[in-house]
Amino acid sequence: MNAATKNIDSFLDREYSAGFVTDLESDSLPKGLSEATVRAISAKKHEPAFMLEWRLEAYRHWLTMTPPHWAQVGFPAIDFQDIVYYAAPKQKKDGPRSLDEVDPELLRTYEKLGVPLHERARLAGVVAVDAVFDSVSVGTTFQKQLAEKGIIFCSFSEAVREHPDLVRQYLGSVVPPGDNFYAALNSAVFSDGSFVYIPKGVRCPMELSTYFRINAQDTGQFERTLIIADEGAHVSYLEGCTAPMRDENQLHAAVVELVALKDARIKYSTVQNWYPGDKDGKGGIYNFVTKRGDCRGDRSHISWTQVETGSAITWKYPSVVLRGDDSVGEFYSVALTNNRQQADTGSKMTHMGRNTRSTIISKGISAGHGSNTFRGLVKVTPKAENARNYTQCDSLLIGEQCAAHTFPTIEAGNPSARVEHEATTSRIGEDQLFYAMQRGLSAEDAVSMIVSGFCKEVFKELPMEFAVEAQNLLGVSLEGSIG
Amino acid sequence: MLDINDLRVSVDGKPILNGLSLHVKAGEVHAIMGPNGSGKSTLAQVLAGRDSFQVDGGTVTYDGEDLLTQPAEVRARAGVFLAFQYPVEIPGVSNAYFLKAAVNAVRRHRGLQELDAMDFLKRVKSEMKAVGMKEEFLYRSVNEGFSGGEKKRNEVLQMTLLEPKLAVLDETDSGLDIDALKVVADGVNRLRAPDRALIVITHYQRLLDYIVPDYVHVLANGTIVRSGGPELAAELEERGYAWLAKAPEEQAKGVTT
Ligand SMILES: Nc1ncnc2c1ncn2[C@@H]1O[C@H](COP(=O)(O)OP(=O)(O)OP(=O)(O)O)[C@@H](O)[C@H]1O
Ligand SMILES: [Mg+2]
Repeated sequence: MNAATKNIDSFLDREYSAGFVTDLESDSLPKGLSEATVRAISAKKHEPAFMLEWRLEAYRHWLTMTPPHWAQVGFPAIDFQDIVYYAAPKQKKDGPRSLDEVDPELLRTYEKLGVPLHERARLAGVVAVDAVFDSVSVGTTFQKQLAEKGIIFCSFSEAVREHPDLVRQYLGSVVPPGDNFYAALNSAVFSDGSFVYIPKGVRCPMELSTYFRINAQDTGQFERTLIIADEGAHVSYLEGCTAPMRDENQLHAAVVELVALKDARIKYSTVQNWYPGDKDGKGGIYNFVTKRGDCRGDRSHISWTQVETGSAITWKYPSVVLRGDDSVGEFYSVALTNNRQQADTGSKMTHMGRNTRSTIISKGISAGHGSNTFRGLVKVTPKAENARNYTQCDSLLIGEQCAAHTFPTIEAGNPSARVEHEATTSRIGEDQLFYAMQRGLSAEDAVSMIVSGFCKEVFKELPMEFAVEAQNLLGVSLEGSIG
Repeated sequence: MLDINDLRVSVDGKPILNGLSLHVKAGEVHAIMGPNGSGKSTLAQVLAGRDSFQVDGGTVTYDGEDLLTQPAEVRARAGVFLAFQYPVEIPGVSNAYFLKAAVNAVRRHRGLQELDAMDFLKRVKSEMKAVGMKEEFLYRSVNEGFSGGEKKRNEVLQMTLLEPKLAVLDETDSGLDIDALKVVADGVNRLRAPDRALIVITHYQRLLDYIVPDYVHVLANGTIVRSGGPELAAELEERGYAWLAKAPEEQAKGVTT
């Protein structure tokens, strides 16, 4: 093995630093899934009747479905009776009323993860955070300041109780409960998540963010996020995730729904760093997520940006339905797979309105025995005059044993559609490394620089604060402090 | 400053350098000429620390230390610079970022304070003017889409910024127009100093009109078959290499200067 390969290996071998377990008593349901489980979850959350009905319907639908098999991933069948569907850190009362009532052990967990929940500990007014620990939200910051503008940012459970009409109107309107196997499962048993409503004409004054943490053993996390930007509203939302290192696989099946009304703009960014499993593929998170945005109004704009470095298996296709005329959908993604990680991700853009535009930029990095698959679907319905799509899909291979696959699909139902697709595959070059090292850079910095150069078009879409985190995640130092 | 003794190098079991010796003192400029495939770039890259070559024997000391055991970046920081025959493209990484990272890596090693963005830009812009590069090249990706000549200028720019003690220029003059050739020669000449040494690999006498070397060596079949003064270059220009190959044994002793 030559030095360049050695260097790449040590760069890739860094430990998963978010892998610790917080020792907390938890209030959980026993393993297993039945109608009683669904009822119990709903009861624990004191949900109104409509919510329970909705869940039960989803559950009955799920029973009729089978897990999808078309993705380019391999794993043993999941035993859905061997999962805990609800786990919450034990609290004195029903739930903390304010951050001061949150268990200090929990606050320390988030601090350790670099997400301090105390508002005074954060830069004033930069980011409001909702922290979800296993199945429940443990606290949301800056709620008061946001409420002054009429913005609702709270846990999903709170939204169901406090804003049932909004929830009822929009829940499932983008991802219907029967959409797919995991979405149906989520609809039946989802435990918590974040809810955002930005009223007409309001530009959210700060980044909103949710931080998901799986802690308890054998627990599935089924969170549900719903973001509604009313006419002319703007919002930028960030999502971060980690989990302890455990030998068993843990299931994460989330649903995210975005609704953008006329002239509204939603920017949704994810830095996903779930535990990927060890070198031999033992343990790690199964990340099966349905994320979809609906550009419901004219001139609305939805943009997904994601940096995915974690999970044993990722199965995720953030999509946009371009219903409104002149609406815009974007997808920017960096997915890194290492060791035995498998990622099958991509995006789906459905053009329905006139003059709709979409962009897909996907950067896949595979190392070790990682497998990275890009799946893109651009669909132009017959009524979508002048639809335009640009898709660019680049793969970077590090080492000899990894793989990258690309499956673009285009369904152009209207002759005026203009769809462009570009794809490249390259290997991180020994010559690039040598060149950089000949100029005095360490091997690690050289790899970081090359990888970060490869990802540049995506990183520049991330909010500043996240761009730094994302680059750190990829082991790269911040590029672009000049030039 | 640099002592190469009986260096043997192979790649995938195929010998490329066959007992090459060369001695370079501070302040000297050595030109290396020789037919295609004779091993000139291999020598340059082995000196710079490329590890895809297998060193089978011989020694290389630089500044009194064993060079061959040091990784490439350590050699670079210690002042060994290679201007590549084929500069490498790094997409998405701006030239400015790359140059700044390199300059500061070297400065850190030399115990100098790192340059901040302002100081660096001032410095790099004045050097760019000297090598005739437009500022836009700062913001383009490293060598990506650069023309052949632009890549070579970028190598010279890096050389002047990094202020090496031992610079090896591998055909930096190939593919250059006359003006660019002067720029390269000028860059090299500005770098000439009593505490620096230069090895200039070239196929053309023309460059040596501008950079007058102290010694000229001919490399053939992985070893130095002849050494002499600047007049040797002129002779080669006239007669080619064939006449040298006739008496390899007697020429192949290696040269001590
Ligand atoms: N990685 C490699 N694998 C196989 N052969 C190699 C490799 N690198 C160099 N060689 C061979 O070694 C020999 C010397 O190559 P080198 O590049 O050093 O020649 P050169 O003198 O620089 O030639 P030129 O004047 O054309 O630049 C050539 O025959 C070349 O094909
Ligand atoms: Mg060469």
